[in-house]
Amino acid sequence: MSWAGKILRVNLTKGSCTPEPLNMEWARAYIGQRGLATKYLCAEVDAKVDPLSPANKIIWATGPLTGTMASTGGRYSVITKGPLTGAIACSNSGGYWGAELKMAGWDMIIFEGKSPKPVYLYVENDSAQLLDAGWLWGKSVWETEPALRTKHQDPQVRVSSIGRAGETGCLYAAVVNDLHRAAGRSGVGTVMGSKNLKAIAVRGTKGVSNIRDFKEFMKATTAAKKVLADHPVTGQGLPKYGTQVLMNVINEIGALPTRNHHDVQFEGAKNISGEAMHEPRKTDGKPNLVTNQACFGCTIACGRVSKIDETHFTVKTRPEYWGASGGLEYEAAWALGAANGVNDLEALTYANFVCNEQGMDPISFGATVGAVMELYEMGVLKKEQLGIEAPFGSAQALAYFAEVTVKGEGFGKEIAQGSKRLTAKYGHPDLSMSVKGQEFPAYDSRGIQGMGLTYATSNRGACHLRSYTVASEVLGIPVKTDPLATEGKAALVKAFQDATAIFDSAGICLFTSFAWTLADVQPQLAAACLPEFTLEELGVIGERIWNLERDFNNRAGFTNKDDTLPKRLLTEPAKTGPAKGKVNGLDKMLPEYYELRGWDKTGQLKPETRARLKL
Amino acid sequence: MQKSLLINSDKCTGCLQCEMACSYENYGTFNLSLSRIKVFDFHSAGRKVPYTCTQCDEAWCMHACPVDAIKTDAATGAKVVFENTCVGCKVCTIACPFGTVNYVASTGKVQKCDLCGGDPACALACPTAAITYVDAGWTGLERMKQWAAKTDNQPRA
Repeated sequence: MSWAGKILRVNLTKGSCTPEPLNMEWARAYIGQRGLATKYLCAEVDAKVDPLSPANKIIWATGPLTGTMASTGGRYSVITKGPLTGAIACSNSGGYWGAELKMAGWDMIIFEGKSPKPVYLYVENDSAQLLDAGWLWGKSVWETEPALRTKHQDPQVRVSSIGRAGETGCLYAAVVNDLHRAAGRSGVGTVMGSKNLKAIAVRGTKGVSNIRDFKEFMKATTAAKKVLADHPVTGQGLPKYGTQVLMNVINEIGALPTRNHHDVQFEGAKNISGEAMHEPRKTDGKPNLVTNQACFGCTIACGRVSKIDETHFTVKTRPEYWGASGGLEYEAAWALGAANGVNDLEALTYANFVCNEQGMDPISFGATVGAVMELYEMGVLKKEQLGIEAPFGSAQALAYFAEVTVKGEGFGKEIAQGSKRLTAKYGHPDLSMSVKGQEFPAYDSRGIQGMGLTYATSNRGACHLRSYTVASEVLGIPVKTDPLATEGKAALVKAFQDATAIFDSAGICLFTSFAWTLADVQPQLAAACLPEFTLEELGVIGERIWNLERDFNNRAGFTNKDDTLPKRLLTEPAKTGPAKGKVNGLDKMLPEYYELRGWDKTGQLKPETRARLKL
Repeated sequence: MQKSLLINSDKCTGCLQCEMACSYENYGTFNLSLSRIKVFDFHSAGRKVPYTCTQCDEAWCMHACPVDAIKTDAATGAKVVFENTCVGCKVCTIACPFGTVNYVASTGKVQKCDLCGGDPACALACPTAAITYVDAGWTGLERMKQWAAKTDNQPRA
């Protein structure tokens, strides 16, 4: 059956840990991880709840393929109502923590209430206890992980924790495991911190034994691994360059948002690209990239491990940053680089290290710095209040802002509020490049039209991981569509959204979807869980999950008015590249999308849609 | 031909498919804690290193065992633990200089790599060929070839 069949409920107010059986009816209807935890959250939390109040809950959830031999089968998600957006938040992480939780015998952990003092949860197989974390509060992720292994005299403990950003209320704090794998977006780490929960340390030695049909499962996973190995993206591009394979490609097609979306091409793209990470540095003759790395069970291995130049100004006097650690992925390289006009690869790597070390989303952080730099260039923000001169392109300002933002010091306290609140405070709300309060990732929707609809309708605010139509519009996966056309994009976005919900609920990595379709996932899920998980059924479940999230947001107060883009993307045409003269044609796509979704004009689920999806 | 596991840590990504395959092959379950091969993460050096029994010829574990529960598989050369004989005294775990024999609390016996009877599941599962199963007399062949290519690979004039 592959589900452990057991969840842990932790009441932080009372200090209690209670096991309960997994609701199997819901598991059949929502699979696991993203879908299933969202079902629990929607059933147990009032959508209007203040995200940072004790009444909000936060869930760590694995999928049925987590902890199995399915390729990339090590994922977990953190689900809560997000403080950055006020919408549903669901952030996904790899590394080894998810598999460890599953091997300890748990599908998910639901935290409710708020602890009166800092605590961490220690799980060793069936046993779970809340322990004092006063001695850990103030420590970074990089300090917390080894400290907990030492404390429990077990080098094999895996830790999911927050750093300073989550403690100091940065609204886009991340939850980090295995030093640099992160449930990064929407401030799930902020909610964790608001509950005085520092970390979850897990050791699982029970394993995963309840695969429905082991023989079938091994056959299906072996075949699926071959599909990944044989595909040019998952077999070659991602292992060699990571997601950074995209930097030059996206720049070339004129969809690389630059200097707070002022431009769509960055003259420094080549300096911060995946290719650049391979080039020997002039200073020490070594490349930025040390090696690639896999998460648990992953046969792609797109992860970057980098080492900063020891003579670089950011780390010259600080040997603690000289070791190899999590390097730049494309979204981080973009947000810390192109979004601010910074082309210094070592500075970006340093800012990325700081984000990992203290648990902060580099996308929202970098994009907010982009807005700050624009306001500085306009003369709205001054050096005196910022603590540094901050023109576009300043690597010094980027590094400085990273340091003060993770600690919530000085102007960092304002950057930590995200671009929506910051630009509004200084009278220029249009300069926040965000949807529903969450900053854009690395694709300009003037150059890739479908991404405009993707962002506008994403249930967790602007995000590329809810329907990555870049795959189709740029890479031709599964079929090539014209990135500058709006026709057909409503159906494309819907199809990607529904399929993505299945990948995110199964316990596997979305990056497999460069090579896999649901037809590759289905045999693995069916063999592990239930024969009833047919291709057709998965299609329905994906749509159900999407609508469940949407319904939560509607009840939280979001309407069709929130399914929009910043004025800049709708009115200021792209200045250069293939998309020159284009704005995003959201108005041409959105009504058709609502129609396909079965929503009324205000974006609410029609009764027949609710009935069809059994919501 | 006798074969042995050849591990090239340069190619290891740390995916742990080898550990999962080992536990599945030997216990029919996915359980890292039951794996006889372990991947070590030397994080700040950016290295992942798979490590398991080298099947010593004069095996310390075998000599140390007071009940002769560890015997050589004539076909593979593997030193194999016979669970029915093993009394769980753990002396072999002390004798092994490399730490590759370990006690399993759930069975009360020790376990170590037995080369899966000649078709090691770890090598089969490794997606990057960091773990291969090669001619025991020629584990250096690939490395020799690489150096030969470096030092003397110019086309003939």
